Amino acid sequence: MGKLILSGKPFIAGSAKGIALVSREPLSFWGGYDWKTGEIIDRRHPLSGQIAKGRILAIPFTRGSSTTTAVLLESIRAGTAPSGIITTATDFFFALASVVADEMYSKPIPLVAVSDSDFALLKTGDEVEIDNDRLVVVPT
Amino acid sequence: MTLALNDHDRAMLRGDHGPAAKIAMTIIVRMAEVSGAEELLDITGAHIDSTVYIGDAGLEFAERLASLGAKVAVPTSLNVSGLDEHHWQEWAVPPEWARQAQRQMEAYRSMGTTPTWTCAPYQTEASRPKFRQQIAWGESNAIVFANSVIGARTERYPDLFDICCAITARAPAIGLHLTENRAGEVLLQMKDIPLALQQSDDFYPVLGHFVGKIARDRIPVIHGLAVSPAEDQLKALGAASASSGGVALFHVVGVTPEAPTLEAAFQNKSPHETIDVTMELLRNARAELTHTDSDELDMVVLGSPHFSLAEFKRLAPLIAGKQKHPNVKFLVTSSRAMTQLAKQAGYLDSLQSFGAQLTVDTCILTTPMLPPEIKRLMTNSAKFAYYTPGLLGRKIAFGSLKDCVESAVEGKIIRDDSLWAS
Repeated sequence: MGKLILSGKPFIAGSAKGIALVSREPLSFWGGYDWKTGEIIDRRHPLSGQIAKGRILAIPFTRGSSTTTAVLLESIRAGTAPSGIITTATDFFFALASVVADEMYSKPIPLVAVSDSDFALLKTGDEVEIDNDRLVVVPT
Repeated sequence: MTLALNDHDRAMLRGDHGPAAKIAMTIIVRMAEVSGAEELLDITGAHIDSTVYIGDAGLEFAERLASLGAKVAVPTSLNVSGLDEHHWQEWAVPPEWARQAQRQMEAYRSMGTTPTWTCAPYQTEASRPKFRQQIAWGESNAIVFANSVIGARTERYPDLFDICCAITARAPAIGLHLTENRAGEVLLQMKDIPLALQQSDDFYPVLGHFVGKIARDRIPVIHGLAVSPAEDQLKALGAASASSGGVALFHVVGVTPEAPTLEAAFQNKSPHETIDVTMELLRNARAELTHTDSDELDMVVLGSPHFSLAEFKRLAPLIAGKQKHPNVKFLVTSSRAMTQLAKQAGYLDSLQSFGAQLTVDTCILTTPMLPPEIKRLMTNSAKFAYYTPGLLGRKIAFGSLKDCVESAVEGKIIRDDSLWAS
């Protein structure tokens, strides 16, 4: 399989590279992400038990708790965050964590939204490079 | 599309109103741009979820704002903290955690806020918003309650942003602040749900859990209820739907203020999708809330969202003259305000003789209060049931308030399934 070039809307611009961790299921980081380890801990979520630290996390959007932002911010500060996140629409909760991480620690993480059909092309294990609006995907 | 700011916004952005307002406005402007807002709007109330202590980053953010002299510009209530400020020593809270959580409480208290320390600020007249009032609220259950049950207007705001809005009295003019974005999107039509079940208190958390999974981030409209649910039932429905999904506004036709009719709930538009809500779907949703493999029980937990005065009143006769099993703890989490009212009404005496414990200011999900020997919980809250496995790593069973009391007395999980059978 050749590489895919996708274009998305970079709602927090930046670049990052990593192995994709992909689910169609939305995720709340509060109760869903252990910021001390980067493990996904929502036991009802298909990615439960996976370590998202340093990965490119792809989930359609956040669900539930208002505390998702605070948990992502903690993980950015602690170095346990995904290196970038792909969603299917601008996600306010993730974006705020990245903006505050930028204001407080000059450590934003890139966030990019892609269409549903492009999102469906992503698979766990793909090598993904985010470069602002451009995604380069090398399938496993 | 560019964001239009007024003179006052620009003055805050320059730092004319101090360094804390400058940080807050910078974050609001950046987020308004991210979300495609064309302007900001005035808000006249705020509820701060950032009080929940998670770790050093959240604390550093709070203390930085506080040290720069941050003051809120609108009446502002505070969500649960990481600590029952005056009783944490009675539980397994590590002192180091308590110190950090206490610092975070102090930081937010210093900003001119009202220290309500509750996830249910809508239970007191002073913190309850008005119909159509523009507010900036954090805490998912409070957001969905304010929007749906009261008809106040807040976007689904995360931690850290709520305080920025409170300091500046401004918010991006987006989402649920605007009438056109408040129309229903998904129609949930009740199909042959027995009246007795609709009248029972465990129906609403289960319905909410189901609604959240179906609606995801869309606005659900519930149609065909034969009863008018009480406020605490709507509280349970909303909290559940904001846990299993991202629901920030729901309409119940004939019940909630923006849904006098089906047409009004959808603002005369057509639903994107219609789902029949059947007993089979609800039974499955109810089963998902229980994550345990035996009838063993260590603790019953009530009060998510925080127990209201009406709930204290309902609980009192159920426990009167009884005592919980010695091997089982029985905890009610509530606010200082509701606890005080319950005390004045005499409801706390029966709690005490039953052997129950009370915690205020916080909840089991936001403070590390449970000792390690507590492994198996039971609750009447779909929100507790949803988050307990991931956040606390404990087993959880869901039941009605009566099931919870009877289980605590017997020392093992007992659930009356009769209403769910047909």
